[in-house]
Amino acid sequence: MNKLVLATAVALGLALTQVQAEGISDDKVKIGVLADMGGTYADVCGKGCVAAVEMAIADFGGKVLDKPIEVVSADDQNKPDVGSAVVREWLDKDKVDAIGGIVASSVGLAAAKVANEAKKPLLISTAGSPAFTTKQCSPYNAHWAYDVVALANGTVKPLVAAGKKKWFFITADYEFGHALEKVSAGVIEKNGGEVVGSVKVPLGTTDYSSYILQAQSSGADAVALANAGKDFVNSLKGASEFGLNKQATMVGLLVFSSDVQALDPALIADMRLTTGFFSEMDDKTKEWSQRFKEKFGKTPTMGQAGAYSATLHYLNAVKEAGTDDGDAVMAKMKATKPDDFFARNAELRADGRMVHDMYQVRVKKADERANDDDIFALEQTLAGNEVYLPMDAACDFSKK
Amino acid sequence: MEFIKSNKFNIILIALALVIPFGVYPVFLMKVLCFGLFAAAFNLMLGFVGMLSFGHAAFLATGGYVTGYLMSNADLTPELGILCGTLASAVLGYLFGSLSVKREGIYFAMVTLALSQLLFFFFLQAPFTEGENGLQGIPRGKLFGFIDLNNNLSMYYFVLAVFLLGFWLIYRSVHSPFGQVLKAIRENEPRAISLGYSVRQYKLMAFVLSAALSGLAGSTKALVFQLESLTDAHWQMSGEVVLMTLVGGMGTIFGPLVGAAVVVGIENFFSGGELGTYIHIIMGLIFIICVLAFRNGIVGEFNKFVKNNF
Repeated sequence: MNKLVLATAVALGLALTQVQAEGISDDKVKIGVLADMGGTYADVCGKGCVAAVEMAIADFGGKVLDKPIEVVSADDQNKPDVGSAVVREWLDKDKVDAIGGIVASSVGLAAAKVANEAKKPLLISTAGSPAFTTKQCSPYNAHWAYDVVALANGTVKPLVAAGKKKWFFITADYEFGHALEKVSAGVIEKNGGEVVGSVKVPLGTTDYSSYILQAQSSGADAVALANAGKDFVNSLKGASEFGLNKQATMVGLLVFSSDVQALDPALIADMRLTTGFFSEMDDKTKEWSQRFKEKFGKTPTMGQAGAYSATLHYLNAVKEAGTDDGDAVMAKMKATKPDDFFARNAELRADGRMVHDMYQVRVKKADERANDDDIFALEQTLAGNEVYLPMDAACDFSKK
Repeated sequence: MEFIKSNKFNIILIALALVIPFGVYPVFLMKVLCFGLFAAAFNLMLGFVGMLSFGHAAFLATGGYVTGYLMSNADLTPELGILCGTLASAVLGYLFGSLSVKREGIYFAMVTLALSQLLFFFFLQAPFTEGENGLQGIPRGKLFGFIDLNNNLSMYYFVLAVFLLGFWLIYRSVHSPFGQVLKAIRENEPRAISLGYSVRQYKLMAFVLSAALSGLAGSTKALVFQLESLTDAHWQMSGEVVLMTLVGGMGTIFGPLVGAAVVVGIENFFSGGELGTYIHIIMGLIFIICVLAFRNGIVGEFNKFVKNNF
């Protein structure tokens, strides 16, 4: 008799866990968008990322499995403590099912710690550190638009080959900048160049003069800006004020379309850089960018386009899996190849890295530009497998 | 008035604190309690000795970093981790205190600010703090080796216990002969000296006590959020604790807690919405209104109202 009771209890328990794993929890799918809304990185993701996620939901039909889809958003102020507290509250209190946006890598990694523990998908659109798919990899990370390895391979390699042998780094002093400098320096040394110096600059610095002078006295023939957003814009402006751009080649390692539009075309024309998306590439990107511009009023950046693409892929996976359970959805996301205007020849690897075509582009001169959005000229399409890191065996979750 | 001073009132408050996490988000409450303790520790100096320190963030952050680092690397239990963080802050408080209590007023404030800025840049550069990234993923661990603190509710009761302990210590200090001397120094320092008290020693003791309790708050906070970052060491944090104390009521027992609840509540309320970017302006306005309209703070004004009408 006792055995029968025990067996029934076990069966019931199993049945219950089965029930929990299916369907949509609390009758809606909620996506939280975490980004810097007013600071250094506000233009590269910010409210535009929220708009992109909303657009993906609208394009998907506003409902998945007949349940409504909602968006919540918050400003992380580029502070890891703020970001992780927001994510914790979303998961505990607001029952958020997935988290998108994610700009500063330091905030992203802190948020990932919380989200991974709760087994919720983290759709990282705009953060660049490779740590999301290497030392801090998790089955719930989907690293979408780009990472610093792809940028270094796409941008730095051809320049070293073209004869730029002595490099100086102006680096944003946190996770993302450190990673970008380290990876780029590796590429430089492997291809026969050398790093003659580097300086680390706090996030959100506006006066770059002392750092520019250090770069100038180093005798480098290429100065790499391992920063992003307003930091990139300010450092490049500083370099031109001191004439550094005439003495050495300025290399933007992470440049968003919003940065190019914020600068005088003469300052940045002919810079070669790597991006995962640009709006004027072909008809598909133009069509989407036009719609985004109508909704949000600005040209989409790579981060915003990535946020749209990741959200759409996530929603499709929820639909196919028939549940918003983190494990099931991530499995579906990895099993299906993402394919839209953003993700070309793409796959979401088992380690969470979304490998897709990257583009090496040249910034057009003022007289080459047909309109405000027409800023990049495609030089070369880089196959994802060539620029992204191969999968770290320790992060191959399909084998665990 | 009698009722507020009675034991019954305290019991009601504690009972309320025990049931409130079932209605309000526990992590928010823990944040209020941590900042409440921090502000109460600060108030011990500002409200009862009349010393305005502008570098209290240093003690909050030291507690947090030491506890965070030890919890992540030395496999300590949470109570030991917090104890180490508190001790570290106390030692730092002794160092800072012995340098700064020789000065008064604005000079005292500036010395503490300068020292805490020194420490901020140390935390920014030192490798063990991970710079801008902060110490991430600090384990909450198991209290006394068997109570799992990863559950938000058990963590809340632990934080509440820590808070009550710290709060009780402050209450006892203020109402002891030691506290009387502190108040005497606040009211008339030359007279306290002429009565034979070694004023500097008393000030230093108050400073160390305040620093240690700030460290306790910081250590606990690091465990709650499992993260310790430069925000805690920044001078803005030193300003925020002044704001909490003034809004709640300087020199009152419950003022700092009320002030912390108001400030943390406002930050939380606005952080999600459209007004998020204006948070600093809103805080500034509140500060101005407080200083202009009710200088005694919320609890101070409430006490005055009760006293005059009942």
